[in-house]
Amino acid sequence: KQEVTVSPRLIPGAGFYQKHLGFEWGPGDLIVYETNYKLQGPRSAGSPSVHIVRRDEDICSPILRKLFSESHLIFVGLQKIKEDVPSKNKKSQFVSISKNYRSVIRACMEELQQNAVSTQSGSLASQYGDQVSILLAIELIWNLCEVLFIDAAPAGSLLLQLLDWVRLHKSDVDAKAREVLQSDSPAQHQSYWDVVISLVLQGRTDEARQVLSKQASLRAESSSVFKRMDGLLQTMPIFNPTGTQTLTEFEVKWRHWHEECDRCLQDNTFASNRHLETICKILVGDEDTLLEQKELLSTWYHFLVTRLLFTHPTIKPPDLHYYAQSSMNMFLGPRASPEPLDIILLSAFEFDLHQVIKDCSIALNNWWFVAHLTDLLDHCKLLQSHNLHFGSNLREFLVLEYASGLFTHHSLWQLAVDYFDHCPEFGRVYLELQIERVPLDTERKAIKVLRICEDRQMSEQVRSICKIMAKRALRNNRLGSALSWTIRAKDAAFATLISERFLQDYSNKGSFTDLDLLDNLGPAMLLSDSLTFLGKYREFHRLYGEKRFSEAARLLLSLMTAKIAPRSLWMTLLTDALPLLEQKEVIFSVDQTYELMSCLEELNSGTKHSNLTDQDEDIESTKTELLRLALARNLTMAIVKEGTIET
Amino acid sequence: MFVAKSIAADHKDLIHDVSYDFHGRRMATCSSDQSVKVWDKGDDGEWHCTASWKTHSGSVWRVTWAHPEFGQVLASCSFDRTAAVWEEIVGESNDKQRGQSHWIKRTTLVDSRTSVTDVKFAPKHMGLMLTTCSADGVVRIYEAPDVMNLSQWSLQHEISCKLSCSCISWNPSSSRAHPPMIAVGSDDSNITYSGKVQIYEYNENTRKYAKAETLMTVTDPVHDITFAPNLGRSFHVLAIATKDVRIFKLIPMRRESANSSGPTKFEVQVMAQFDSHNSQVWRVSWNITSTLLASSGDDGCVRLWKANYMDNWKCTGILRGDGSPVNGSGHAAALSAVGVPVAAQMVVGAASAGRLKHSMLQYFY
Repeated sequence: KQEVTVSPRLIPGAGFYQKHLGFEWGPGDLIVYETNYKLQGPRSAGSPSVHIVRRDEDICSPILRKLFSESHLIFVGLQKIKEDVPSKNKKSQFVSISKNYRSVIRACMEELQQNAVSTQSGSLASQYGDQVSILLAIELIWNLCEVLFIDAAPAGSLLLQLLDWVRLHKSDVDAKAREVLQSDSPAQHQSYWDVVISLVLQGRTDEARQVLSKQASLRAESSSVFKRMDGLLQTMPIFNPTGTQTLTEFEVKWRHWHEECDRCLQDNTFASNRHLETICKILVGDEDTLLEQKELLSTWYHFLVTRLLFTHPTIKPPDLHYYAQSSMNMFLGPRASPEPLDIILLSAFEFDLHQVIKDCSIALNNWWFVAHLTDLLDHCKLLQSHNLHFGSNLREFLVLEYASGLFTHHSLWQLAVDYFDHCPEFGRVYLELQIERVPLDTERKAIKVLRICEDRQMSEQVRSICKIMAKRALRNNRLGSALSWTIRAKDAAFATLISERFLQDYSNKGSFTDLDLLDNLGPAMLLSDSLTFLGKYREFHRLYGEKRFSEAARLLLSLMTAKIAPRSLWMTLLTDALPLLEQKEVIFSVDQTYELMSCLEELNSGTKHSNLTDQDEDIESTKTELLRLALARNLTMAIVKEGTIET
Repeated sequence: MFVAKSIAADHKDLIHDVSYDFHGRRMATCSSDQSVKVWDKGDDGEWHCTASWKTHSGSVWRVTWAHPEFGQVLASCSFDRTAAVWEEIVGESNDKQRGQSHWIKRTTLVDSRTSVTDVKFAPKHMGLMLTTCSADGVVRIYEAPDVMNLSQWSLQHEISCKLSCSCISWNPSSSRAHPPMIAVGSDDSNITYSGKVQIYEYNENTRKYAKAETLMTVTDPVHDITFAPNLGRSFHVLAIATKDVRIFKLIPMRRESANSSGPTKFEVQVMAQFDSHNSQVWRVSWNITSTLLASSGDDGCVRLWKANYMDNWKCTGILRGDGSPVNGSGHAAALSAVGVPVAAQMVVGAASAGRLKHSMLQYFY
């Protein structure tokens, strides 16, 4: 079977000094460098380079990007078609979707073609041209698959659709016909007969008659011959699928007509004009004559369809392959060997869908095409699922391949997400793996990625991305940002760390940063004890600032009694209590004062830090004395206040 | 079409390893000139060297990035018998303007008695763990218990492989169905111990690593080894660079009794074997989705291998140096195929729908 041999691509500037190539996978590219794996050996004389090898993001990319995004919309729409709708209705939907895909391909082709024509550079024109020819091939194959598999035309309609297919892909006839008809003397034009014959070969009898009529008006003496030909062309039966005539009736009519054409040949009716004689031979489907028109037909599949038109217009789908194979052999001859495209088309005529897909995958090396086409065919229930070794099917394999490729693109990766979503077996795990690698260049991009993960409950990826962002913010000393990312990551340990940094900052600067964030922590505060303390401590400061002293006092006390505050900070808290104790008004109640006192004593009864300097120890004991005094004074005033009966 | 852009790496001697960071925006190179260089990809898509410093007193064999969850951390290993951990310090503002960053050494691991041949971080779900292997046949697993303090590392495990080790690979799977697993390759030419790939598995009960499998069919020196990303499969895939490229499938077998201790038993199958390099294969590496394997051999080629949906593997690409001295332009140069000059290639594929060639719709991944 078809094997595509791979020829090595050469990297300029490598392999001169050292013969080994080292490499490393990158996102969408490969780094390659000269090296020597045999670790002993001559030292490198030259200055080594690294080479980054990638697909050329080239001139066609902006246009192809449109193809990717528009086909993405069609794909997503297709997935939404409900399973429970009866299949009869669905067929027309599928055909319509197939046509949508094809029109997107054609639009893309046209734009590329315009660019090819308008560009000044010869090499750019070639690049555009190459891409156009690839898309042409793709659309040709897709169209045939639509006719044979999706629309699944029965005998009668089948040939008509194949004719349409051929006509669509041989548009030069129209251009030539226009040229001839618009010339001063069409009948004398050198391409005149080519046009007539081409039209006949495509079954466009009315148009052929129109062009022929130009000739007839000139030659009065042979007008009867032309009239005869005109008659044959006019009476050629064309099957009408929507009409009342059955296929059998059509067949009878066609056979009569065919016999009439044959009679003309036997009678030498057209002997006087070799062109008309040729046309008549075509009408009876004479193979040798058809083959003589090789240049006008230009492809074996045109030959096939023309041959069928004039010998078996009621061809049934299962019989198609026999004619296809023989047509190809006849047309190509013994010397020429079929190209990959020919093999693919032949497999389609043989209704071997899997072979078509396989050959397209190999020959075209183009995941976009096989992925979308296979997906559509799968929705039409045309593929039996091949069980792969890990239980997925062909459609999913191809869609995963395509989407994985999209993922390395800096903006198209978002399209890939939808494709993964519609791969039930492995889509999720592929997405999990690849979405983590999307570079988090900006906060906005990170949030975009996060939303995708959160929507899909990919909690590990959410956590990881938030952690990465938190760590990055912390490195750059943006504590507020680090904290919000940490909360989103639900990372308790990191939250503790950042809270401690906040508190450190506070003790260095005397004020809090990121007040907005701290004031609005809400339930997130509960993530870690340190964070809870930070939030509450800030709340204390806020209450104090708003002069809501008794609330502030209560909060401050609870921070110690509820053990929210770490012991190391109790002295700071007690010191914070001093201004409250020194207010004219009594703020702390008797009970509260007793509690504060016991906190102070608890603090002093604990193990003393041995690493305090004498000076520090002095400061500590002075503070303690001050507190004791303030507390005692407050106690006195509180007792008096509470003992006084208001009269 | 493929294009290659060359960047002058400016190392004074052979480059032995290049490593992309997790997001592909930074790159580290290491060399026999004893230094490591870090490169950053700018918004313009160009690579700039943002740090270059001497890391060891011998050739630096490998360099690797930790997961970005742990910050900007690198590890390197060297002929000088040590491995080192480096952390990037956010510099002064004028450094940032000059596009320079600073890396400081957090720790040096000196336990090896011989050249340290490979260094790898374990999968992130295991915490911040670093693994080295040496020519003295020992695999060492270190852990930093406090991820905020990278100067404290403790040697948690020493695995004696009895053969000189050349490469290690962790199974990246974080699935709870698989305990941590590490594969070790040996380039020892010793014929007494003939299996040159050993697989060790962590045992929750004994808290130790025990040997689960030796690939006895790999008898030639092994130069590189790599597990494929797991992707929800129940089995493991391991690629090996030896006298050819070999891909193994390791299928965990069900335990006989629920509480049987000891490592998992595996059924080992060869998924593919390629001898196209026709010589020693030195490196193998999977791409991120494990859809492509790349290998590099004595024939000076890098080959790309791909399995189709029927699991048939074939070569889908070959890269080779053109043997010319350094391309100084720094511009992206189109790669010609062997024997066909670039300009001619563009003409060759043109014209009718009948000819097909590699489509630009295919992204290289």
